[in-house]
Amino acid sequence: MKELKLMKGNEALAEAAILTGCDGYFGYPITPQSEILEYLALEARKRTGMVVLQAESEVAAINMIYGAAGTGKKVMTSSSSPGISLMQEGISYIACAELPCLLVNVVRGGPGLGTIQPSQGDYFQAVKGGGHGDYKMIVLAPSTVQEMADHVKLGFDLAFKWRNPVMILSDGALGQMMEKVQLPAQLPRSTETPSWATVGKPKTRERNILTSLHIQPDKMQDINLHLQKKYSDIEKEEIRFEKYECEDAEIILVAFGLVARICQKAAQFAREKGVKVGVFRPITLFPYPYNELNKLADQAKGILTVEMNAGQMVEDVRLAVNGKIPVEFVGRMGGIIPTPEEILHKLEERFVGEMA
Amino acid sequence: MNEKTMTEEQHFTEVIAEESICTNENLVFEKTNILTDTPMHYCPGCGHGVAHRLIAEAIDELNIQDKTVGVAPVGCSVFAYNYFDIDMTEAPHGRASAVATGIKRVLPDKYVFSYQGDGDLAAIGTGETIHTCNRGENILIVFINNGIYGMTGGQMAPTTLVGMKSTTTPFGREVEVMGNPLKITELIAQLPGVYYCTRVAVNTPVNVRKAKKAILNGFKYQELKKGLSFVEVVSNCPSNWKMTPVDSNKWMEENMFPFYPLGDLKVPGKEN
Repeated sequence: MKELKLMKGNEALAEAAILTGCDGYFGYPITPQSEILEYLALEARKRTGMVVLQAESEVAAINMIYGAAGTGKKVMTSSSSPGISLMQEGISYIACAELPCLLVNVVRGGPGLGTIQPSQGDYFQAVKGGGHGDYKMIVLAPSTVQEMADHVKLGFDLAFKWRNPVMILSDGALGQMMEKVQLPAQLPRSTETPSWATVGKPKTRERNILTSLHIQPDKMQDINLHLQKKYSDIEKEEIRFEKYECEDAEIILVAFGLVARICQKAAQFAREKGVKVGVFRPITLFPYPYNELNKLADQAKGILTVEMNAGQMVEDVRLAVNGKIPVEFVGRMGGIIPTPEEILHKLEERFVGEMA
Repeated sequence: MNEKTMTEEQHFTEVIAEESICTNENLVFEKTNILTDTPMHYCPGCGHGVAHRLIAEAIDELNIQDKTVGVAPVGCSVFAYNYFDIDMTEAPHGRASAVATGIKRVLPDKYVFSYQGDGDLAAIGTGETIHTCNRGENILIVFINNGIYGMTGGQMAPTTLVGMKSTTTPFGREVEVMGNPLKITELIAQLPGVYYCTRVAVNTPVNVRKAKKAILNGFKYQELKKGLSFVEVVSNCPSNWKMTPVDSNKWMEENMFPFYPLGDLKVPGKEN
């Protein structure tokens, strides 16, 4: 059996980056995720020769990622909400140039400088675009320190499969808290060069150009249609979710990330009181599991969406359910994590009276 | 196209179609291999075309096409990747040196250069420029300084001279309002990370030869891994200076060169 370790989410993610054979990390310190840069600075180069560079800003960091990802290497950055806002222009370029890379957002409360405490207030930014133009990132939402580690390899695999940026949308609590984690064996760094990479043009092939500039409207439309087709294929193939005691559930709690685990506890409390409650957790936020949620709406009487924001994912839940059953929302902002008790209270307030 | 130019063009086509004169003995000049056949979009008389050719010649002469990655900026040279037969990336505005850093860090044995205008390098990208230079990235930065925003249509650049008119300084650049022109090359030359720093021009055959040597140095020094090479090319912008190409070169010599003097700012092995 593999060794179990007790690690912080940020450190588990950084360790997983080394183990998965990541070639380069470019980042800028920001709470609550600076441990990722610190851990890699201490560990990565001596173990695998991985490049670790502290950039002068998040703007520089994402553009270093743009350049390095263009060489076909496995590269990543991480930041927290205000820093990710600064990266949006670069992410849009990377998405249009179709470069694989891994971006990690350990979300803190906003808007503005906000707070360093956990939040899910960047759901819209991550899932609906964030930067300019029509593009999508694949967005993974870990709910445990184990998934903080596991989503690194999954993220790189998806990024290279689809030539698309992948974001791990975590939060300040997942980044800072310690849990047991099982880490994979060290993978070698890849020596393969993708055909599209800008690494120097041999006589045997045409030059590779990475650009997001296509002045002719028909050409730019073609690029957009190509991207939209890719996103549509991603929606067909890459949806990931987890169901917890949904089989007989009359009320479904829908939550992503850490909040889904709190919802499990709330569901247990409800079942102790005789109310059949299940939890539906999207793991991929793009692509979103609309169809699975829609199916659940045929069996359940109501949905309560719980988030650490003012109600962002709930819009997608409502799109999925399409009016079949009531969709309620409870959220906490400003860096406050909802308790199982308040979720249960809200659930009873909105649904249990009607069910009796 | 008027009748006269069409006739000239037809005449030209007929002349070069005459096989008798197309012989190796008559060959005095030809396109550099590293340039593509794409017609350049630059205005007549602009310095970009010559600067491009010099970079292409350097890559060709050093035989490093298969080891070179270029980074294009946003500005007039945003389409630079259309003209070089090498792998290239087009960077967001101001970020070319950060993109070049990313490439060079994961491919330390390749030759990497960025090609940037004054707005890109010395306004929106000042932070990236200074920090890339300060880290001593082993890359070449070619900096085209014509004191104006060309692509957006003649707005003030950080390097616009005092009193110089632009669409956003219609009465001339006033120091009290817009500050002084930024001598970014003098600024970065002081940084230990910069190994070689020079200012050249492409307005005369002599200056073209000097510029070529500077660019060759910039590529060759990358092998030493001793820091960054920075080549400023003081250039003209006939369209936005609203002058003929000849007049613009004269204006550049009389006004730009006194403020941006040509010559080496930092040469390896020499006390500067």
